[in-house]
Amino acid sequence: MKLPIYLDNHSTTPCDPRVLEMMLPYFTEKFGNAASRNHSFGWEAEEGVEVARKQIAHLIHADAKEIIFTSGATESDNLALQGVVEMYREKGDHIITSSTEHRAVIDTAKYLEKKGIKVTFLPVDKAGMVSPDDVRNAITDKTILISIMMANNEIGTINPVAAIGKVAKEKGILFHCDATQGVGKIPVNVQEMGIDLMSFTAHKIYGPKGVGALYVRRKAPRVRLEAMMYGGGHERGMRSGTLAVPLIVGFGKACELCEQEMAAESVRMMKMRDRLQEGIMGKMDEVYLNGHPTERLPNNLNISFAYVEGEALLMGVKEIALSSGSACTSATLEPSYVLRALGVGSDLAHSSIRFGLGRFNTDEEVEYTIDRMIKAVTHLREMSPLYEMAKEGVDLKSVQWAAH
Amino acid sequence: MAYSEKVIDHYNNPRNVGSFQKDADDVGTGIVGAPECGDVMKLQIKVENDTIVDAKFKTFGCGSAIASSSLATEWLKGKSLEQAQKIKNTDIVQELNLPPVKIHCSVLAEDAIKAALGDYQKKAIEKKPNPAEAVASS
Repeated sequence: MKLPIYLDNHSTTPCDPRVLEMMLPYFTEKFGNAASRNHSFGWEAEEGVEVARKQIAHLIHADAKEIIFTSGATESDNLALQGVVEMYREKGDHIITSSTEHRAVIDTAKYLEKKGIKVTFLPVDKAGMVSPDDVRNAITDKTILISIMMANNEIGTINPVAAIGKVAKEKGILFHCDATQGVGKIPVNVQEMGIDLMSFTAHKIYGPKGVGALYVRRKAPRVRLEAMMYGGGHERGMRSGTLAVPLIVGFGKACELCEQEMAAESVRMMKMRDRLQEGIMGKMDEVYLNGHPTERLPNNLNISFAYVEGEALLMGVKEIALSSGSACTSATLEPSYVLRALGVGSDLAHSSIRFGLGRFNTDEEVEYTIDRMIKAVTHLREMSPLYEMAKEGVDLKSVQWAAH
Repeated sequence: MAYSEKVIDHYNNPRNVGSFQKDADDVGTGIVGAPECGDVMKLQIKVENDTIVDAKFKTFGCGSAIASSSLATEWLKGKSLEQAQKIKNTDIVQELNLPPVKIHCSVLAEDAIKAALGDYQKKAIEKKPNPAEAVASS
């Protein structure tokens, strides 16, 4: 087993060697501009892009023409929200989203708020799920867009997307879904889910960084968007700019591999994840699962280790790449807004660790991680005044803390 | 973010982890911070003839918070109460090479020292007969 171990696959994934192999010729001999219509270099590049477009569309049950390439999911989210609002502004000025969305959606919605758009940030339940009824109740005759994520990047909770899509269809409102964490991990079908716009990216599914896509429905309804980027009129005029051909080719191959391997891969992920969960939670007291017990991404585990601060814990297992909901480094000292939205107390939010398994993790790495986590938590609890107080029977909630 | 070697050393080998009897007359206890903020420090001193003969800590917080309190206990040992009052958070920042985002950890450590000293002094005053009464009865 090689150290360090990478368990931060919600953040990014390594490029699959099969993906890289497909990309390489497009940096050198097949370097053409896909928009060059007059010579073979351009045709070759265009062919690479069109194959990729089909591979990507196939994975999500869309038509190739409905795929708009962007620089990544952040750009796709921005384009979906800003593009729809600008295009449909005369129809209404209200959008609905949720409080646990990725910052690319939340911050764009807040920007639109400043521009005079009314935004409803729906709450989530204690497992992090958005209720389709809440979506329905938030709709007004001024609502032009519903934007709800498929799966959460911190806690892995999977939203009832198809039910929300159904509500949107009934009311004739466009539905955007940030599926960055869902595509390639769980089956996605934009038809069955009633999705009109969908953001996703290559680097979360073993493709390269720097390329993403926005699915934009062409039929029933035909979604229109105001562009954010003007220029050569690429991508049906919705996103100008020379296509990043090698990255797009890699994105396509990554999607093809996901389609072929997802079923087996998700079973393997779930097995490793369940072992990790049971190995850690079965051997320690006062550890809590964050997110949904069953409706969660197969590769996600998010746990709070009470009385231990997350960043200190990461420091204790520095040969394992993980992520924490603690915000000890941020100026505000505010821990994860996602966990706070679930109603997790600030103390437990500070104590949270996100494990993100991936294609290249092994059972041996999982066993090593269980062992190291237990040792590190025990080490830190021995020096935790909170653990000592709790063991003495002090109710920590009753203590008058001097917040600083 | 990369930690300084000194922070890593204190994290891996924390000095003086533990607790004294809180209600003992020769012990001063300072508990500062709040779990909601991600930092709680408990710092204790044991005093003989106005000199700190031993110090212990327990900290809930990031590596820099642990290192700050661990360092504080090292510095406190052997110091007079007066000298201990003079330990500044900036001294801790300098010794541990703390980056700007971690300065609050050193502030918390200074607060913990002050709180422990204050607790000891309060006990000492309560323990001694009231000087005014002493004068009156003589």
